[in-house]
Amino acid sequence: MSGFSDVKKIFGGGTTSTARQFGILASLVAIIVGFQIGTNGLTLTPGNLIAVVNQYSYILILAIGMVMVIIAGHIDLSVGSVAAFTGIVVAKAMADFDLPWPLAIVLGLVVGALIGAWQGFWVAYVGVPAFIVTLAGMLIFRGGNQAIGAATAVTVPEGFTVIGAGYLPEVGPNTGYNNLTLLLGILAVVAIAWREWRARRTQAEMGSETAPVWVSVLRVVILGAVVLYAAFLFAGGRVGTSIPVSGIILIALVLAYGFLTRNTIIGRHIYAVGGNSHAAELSGVKSKRVNFFVMMNMSILAGLAGLAGMIFIARAGASGGQDGNGWELDAIAAAFIGGTAVAGGVGTVIGAIIGGLVMAFLNNGLQLVGAGADLVQIIKGLVLLLAVAIDVYNKTQGRFSIIGLFTSKRNNGPTDQTPTPTTGTPDTAKPGAVTANK
Amino acid sequence: MVDEPVILEMRSITKEFPGVKALSDVSITVRAAEIHAICGENGAGKSTLMKVLSGVYPFGTYEGDIVFQAQEMRFKDIRSSEAAGIVIIHQELALIPELSITENIFLGNEPSRGGVINWKEAKKRAIQLLARVGLRDDPDTLVKDIGVGKQQLVEIAKALNKDVKLLILDEPTAALNENDSQHLLDLILGLKGKGIASIMISHKLNEIERIADSITIIRDGKTIETLDVRGGDVNEDRIIRGMVGRSLQSRFPDRTPHIGEVLFEVRDWTVQHPLVAERLVCRNESFTVRKGEIVGFAGLMGAGRTELAMSVFGRSYGNFVSGQVFKEGREIQLRNVSEAIDHGLAYVSEDRKSLGLNLLDDIKRSVVSAKLSKISRGQVVDDFKEHSIADDYRKSLRIKTPTVDEGVSKLSGGNQQKVVLAKWMFTDPDLLILDEPTRGIDVGAKFEIYGIIQQLAAQGKGVIVISSELPELIGLSDRIYTIFEGQITDEFTAAEAEPEMLMKSMTSTNKKAAAA
Repeated sequence: MSGFSDVKKIFGGGTTSTARQFGILASLVAIIVGFQIGTNGLTLTPGNLIAVVNQYSYILILAIGMVMVIIAGHIDLSVGSVAAFTGIVVAKAMADFDLPWPLAIVLGLVVGALIGAWQGFWVAYVGVPAFIVTLAGMLIFRGGNQAIGAATAVTVPEGFTVIGAGYLPEVGPNTGYNNLTLLLGILAVVAIAWREWRARRTQAEMGSETAPVWVSVLRVVILGAVVLYAAFLFAGGRVGTSIPVSGIILIALVLAYGFLTRNTIIGRHIYAVGGNSHAAELSGVKSKRVNFFVMMNMSILAGLAGLAGMIFIARAGASGGQDGNGWELDAIAAAFIGGTAVAGGVGTVIGAIIGGLVMAFLNNGLQLVGAGADLVQIIKGLVLLLAVAIDVYNKTQGRFSIIGLFTSKRNNGPTDQTPTPTTGTPDTAKPGAVTANK
Repeated sequence: MVDEPVILEMRSITKEFPGVKALSDVSITVRAAEIHAICGENGAGKSTLMKVLSGVYPFGTYEGDIVFQAQEMRFKDIRSSEAAGIVIIHQELALIPELSITENIFLGNEPSRGGVINWKEAKKRAIQLLARVGLRDDPDTLVKDIGVGKQQLVEIAKALNKDVKLLILDEPTAALNENDSQHLLDLILGLKGKGIASIMISHKLNEIERIADSITIIRDGKTIETLDVRGGDVNEDRIIRGMVGRSLQSRFPDRTPHIGEVLFEVRDWTVQHPLVAERLVCRNESFTVRKGEIVGFAGLMGAGRTELAMSVFGRSYGNFVSGQVFKEGREIQLRNVSEAIDHGLAYVSEDRKSLGLNLLDDIKRSVVSAKLSKISRGQVVDDFKEHSIADDYRKSLRIKTPTVDEGVSKLSGGNQQKVVLAKWMFTDPDLLILDEPTRGIDVGAKFEIYGIIQQLAAQGKGVIVISSELPELIGLSDRIYTIFEGQITDEFTAAEAEPEMLMKSMTSTNKKAAAA
């Protein structure tokens, strides 16, 4: 066990997916630090961070659903249109029928679910490739948006704007910070420490290999420091601002879907179907249901993102015909930068979120240094290409993923990533038998 | 005739893969204008030998010499062997269904000037070639619109276009019906009359007996003998004896069977091919398995063993037509895989990589993947139990890995197979169907897997072992069914089973015909 692999453990176990995330996490840190220096400290200011969250949280919400769709072996091109369609339906309902905003949120989710059921039906039960179904959906729901909105923007009532651009209230003594944000930060640190302690206890009970204590302590200290620093930044903005409500919703979704994909039966089944659908079916997995679920879930999240996004985009609280244009591509890019495999079966929610943050901070940083939208697009495109190319290259070299870049020369311990069969391996006698995952 | 000049000589061919010697000092001599059959059990090394000959495994990856038409050959790929006049026709045809017969014949070899294909010329030559193989179809017909038998002929026409001198046919009649087979065999004989030699790999011994001039028998990667058919004295029994060998070494752990009452019974099982409705893959087949019994299904590849097993396992193959399944005397419904698992069935597939495992997954997740509900509260999987259960299997089955967090793709074939076995043992089945459980596994791991199978039977479970390796079946089973072309042709007890008898029932349609 080399020292380096212990360091790696700070970021999670030694499994493939966490190894992938390590590389992309390092890139995210590099980007943030680079722009922090390049902008003379403008990147990590309360105002800028709040802006980044406001601007990108809905893309990240989409990335959560998208990574699940891609893990299952599909793609969803319709999310931008679905978000826009849901937005206009809800806005219209509120404007024309005085629908109270809590009901409007429910309506948005129901519309998303219905659209999802429609797309899931074609993908799972008819067997039309998701690429086609959602390409059709992209056209259908974009058209639907324009038909309902009559190609004009519909304004929405004030109360509703809370999810899109709302902040936590100011409570308690005047500390100069938003107290609730600080409280959330402290709770998060406690949760991180508790989780680490529980994981160690479980590992010890199982008698499995436990990382050295210093690794655990260092992990909690690093993560805790990052969380607290972020909490202070978010809490320390202009009075009346805090971590945005959309950011809190995002965090809640990341935790919920992270748990769903990692720890539940349906989560396991998504990976199983994406990794090898024949083997999954022969293990009793009902792959049609799984496919239906991921497609439907994606559209529900798209509906939610539509609600959050329309307010922010229009700033004045309105929904219009161009909302959500290109969101699907940002969400897909986030998933792939975050280490999701193009052929399915591999990926994590947290990876996609980190991938999305890479894009968000690149965008934001480039804008801060005064780059035009043209240059931003070009750079985003190159980053996507590079991230996946490094991944593919490393895999053809018999190493796993981006992690190889950081460890290839140093990591010769037993955790070496190259396949080392423990007994004679006649499997190479069957060329092409190994399902390469690209 | 025996004085025909030698056209091909493969001398002392040895081919190793990491960990296994697929071919060891194999030699074969083919004379001009002769049909030379290569016989051997599945996995004996026939296909590997042909891949060496056709350049799939290029010069330098094997030891030994290939002398073709008195010249030493060093093929670096299929193209170079084809240029020399050696054409291989694979079992899975290499035709493109959406292209016409003409387009297929000239694919990669188009008559052209300056990159522009001369279709008029191509069609003219296609008609001539088709006439030579006795096919009168319009050369513009799409290949997907003609039957498998005719597709086989198109393949041969394609080979003739390449000026073939030695034709290699790998199981040419495996997918053909009786008529098409006859026609194809006649064609091969006709080509021989025109000076084209053939090497034919086939499991259908009656066909070999009919058309082959000489036979080389390969067993366990070694040449056993070469028989001269024209010299007389060669019949199916003689070939079988060569293929299976005499001795069944003590490759099996000791076991005293404790066989109970009937656990599982399948009655009048009839299943349609998934795509071709009129083709029945199983027709009124019935079989039983008792508690604590190991039942062998003996059949050659493509005999329909897998199809029968998978169709019983929750209709995971083909379209169910009719039939009943009884467990302990009570009829049960197995409409899908999860029902089959709930009723205590487990199916370990013959293709562990494409059907048995998700190669992207790690060991612990693979082990519990067929019955997650067993370690879940509500929908939430218990990581703790998952890890400890997988670790128990790692110890009891001796899966060689540092931890169960390792990816299954990093394991060797034998250890992967143990993971698959663990996965199905975890579902706590009453009946395990093991399809080719030791394929591609080295000898040591085989012995361990035999031991696991025997333990399962000792626990009172019923076990079906599907295999084309006769020594394995005879050594392991209490009772053996033979299967040929989707039908159960015979049944033997362990005491009476002899390789020769089994092979006979595995290569002919029914018991009476075999006896006659």
